[in-house]
Amino acid sequence: MFLYTKDAPKGDLRKTYGETLIELGRKDPKLCVVDGDLSTSTKTAMFGKEFPERFFNVGIDEQNLIGIASGLAYDKDRTVFASSFAMFLTGRPWEIIRQHVGYNDLPVKLVATHAGITVGPDGASHQMNEDIAIMRAIPNMKVIVPADNHILKKILYKAYETPGAFYIRLSREKFPVVYPEDVEFELGRGFILKEGKDITIVAIGLMVSHALDAASILKENYGIDAEVIDPVSVKPIDGELIAQSAQKTGKVVTIEEHSIIGGLGDAVISALAEKYPVLVKKIGIPDTYGESGTAIELLRKFELMPEQLAGNIYKWLNSSK
Amino acid sequence: MNPTKSIEELKELARKVRIETIKSIYLAGSGHPGGSLSITDILVALYFGGYVNVDPQNPYKPDRDRVILSKGHAAPSFYAVLALKGFFDKELLYTLRKLGSPLQGHVSRKHTPGVEASTGSLGQGLSIALGMALKRRLDNLDYKVFCLLSDGELQEGMTWEAIMTAKHFNAKGLIAIIDNNNIQLDDFVTKVNSGIYPIEDKFKASGWHTITIDGHDFSQILKALDEAVKISEEKPVAIRAITVKGKGVSYMENTPAWHGKAPDREKFIEAMKELGVSDKEIEEFLTKYDR
Ligand SMILES: Cc1ncc(C[n+]2csc(CCOP(=O)(O)OP(=O)(O)O)c2C)c(N)n1
Repeated sequence: MFLYTKDAPKGDLRKTYGETLIELGRKDPKLCVVDGDLSTSTKTAMFGKEFPERFFNVGIDEQNLIGIASGLAYDKDRTVFASSFAMFLTGRPWEIIRQHVGYNDLPVKLVATHAGITVGPDGASHQMNEDIAIMRAIPNMKVIVPADNHILKKILYKAYETPGAFYIRLSREKFPVVYPEDVEFELGRGFILKEGKDITIVAIGLMVSHALDAASILKENYGIDAEVIDPVSVKPIDGELIAQSAQKTGKVVTIEEHSIIGGLGDAVISALAEKYPVLVKKIGIPDTYGESGTAIELLRKFELMPEQLAGNIYKWLNSSK
Repeated sequence: MNPTKSIEELKELARKVRIETIKSIYLAGSGHPGGSLSITDILVALYFGGYVNVDPQNPYKPDRDRVILSKGHAAPSFYAVLALKGFFDKELLYTLRKLGSPLQGHVSRKHTPGVEASTGSLGQGLSIALGMALKRRLDNLDYKVFCLLSDGELQEGMTWEAIMTAKHFNAKGLIAIIDNNNIQLDDFVTKVNSGIYPIEDKFKASGWHTITIDGHDFSQILKALDEAVKISEEKPVAIRAITVKGKGVSYMENTPAWHGKAPDREKFIEAMKELGVSDKEIEEFLTKYDR
């Protein structure tokens, strides 16, 4: 059922976002979109072109952006998609998200683009590695990280159909296609993308394809049979699926293009601690800031490329025997 | 105060800064030419017109004047000015945005001598500048704090919080310069959110002194800075500099599309020619540095 191969074609998540917004906008004449002077980058401009009266590009004022989105959504009879870069959508207006979108569980679907270090040359000021942590901490907020454009489309429909607050995290880069177009997405249900018996790898976003490549390398180079899981939704997380896998393999590695503090790794550890505690290795951005560089150079610097992942997982397996 | 230069000399320096700005963005393959070119003449006037008292050999001397580049994406022209001023080797300009370079995509105090505050997230600089102006009083110093803002940053609430607070705390030596090119990322400011206007009235109502100038006319810039330096000892000063985004490269001028992208080779050569770089120099540069 899963398409992924080493030379899988790449899909443009932001373009899928723009196209899906137009579909949803045609279906639902009440749906609104709010952006903060990044609509050409986030692709909400595509919606704005077709539905100018329901599109609000409010300028460079992200707190105001979230306030306006909340005001549009308070009666809960309009779904609002709100977008900017991950840094500016979640960082600057965090408290306003918490007080309105979260506290009142408003139908505001926060869709951030340009998350993580793959933003590249813009540097640390734009590399948001802490968004999952701060969004997870808000009660009612669902946190979803698509691994490709196919599942993104299903996530956007699900977020639209499901009442309440969502945070959906996209990147600037195109991602290799992992899922078939007709993939089914259910909130809080993950996928086993590759079965294995020696170790469980849980990954999200771009790291899903990297984890699958790393699993192939682990098999070829070291004879290690890894199971690869994409939980898709970090909150709620599919703890059942991960715990079952941990029972089988006995060890878990998490991989995310996000800080190792407060992100996928900690969500997995919390779930396992209650169900089936095992040793867990968190792989991601260490407790530091990024810097300018190309996406690939930075992925390499932080040892998130498949060969590096495989090597480090192998080392950890040996050292933690 | 540093020795001042003639207007002709400043114009020539500004031309050099524009050349280095486009060269570094071209080699980086990304960056923000539009807003770097619109602020160039102001930067040159500040650093070479005798207004910013800094020592490149001792960049963080306590009594230095501060320049906060609140619009941190104008890093390329800021770096070019710092290099010409002697803060670091000009060669470094060609490592802009590359892995390991001290010249980050958005200015970073951690990385680059001469940078006062790490910016890139818009709308934060004026509060930082205000904090530095308040520190001046505590430290018994008399430095100036120049804050360079974009017009887009006037949409951020935090900018207005600083405007309001500066008067209340009676900040001295604080000078805000607004690069009013009327273009932001998606479109013209008047199309996206025109609510920033009228700029002068808003500052005035908050107790600031305001000056309005053509931000590419050196005689106006110098006159405004003279006035600002004097009056800022009584109350905070805002200079609204009316500018042209992309100034100096015709195909970039007043065009939102050139906010945040690098020219390709052909467009790069076109820009160099317009800025007066000879065919031979262009050829030599490309042979030496191009990817
Ligand atoms: C808080 C924040 N929101 C959004 C952005 C993304 N962004 C970078 S530049 C820019 C617009 C630039 O326009 P303006 O601020 O007027 O600068 P200038 O025209 O002088 O280049 C935007 C929205 C950002 N850097 N920071």
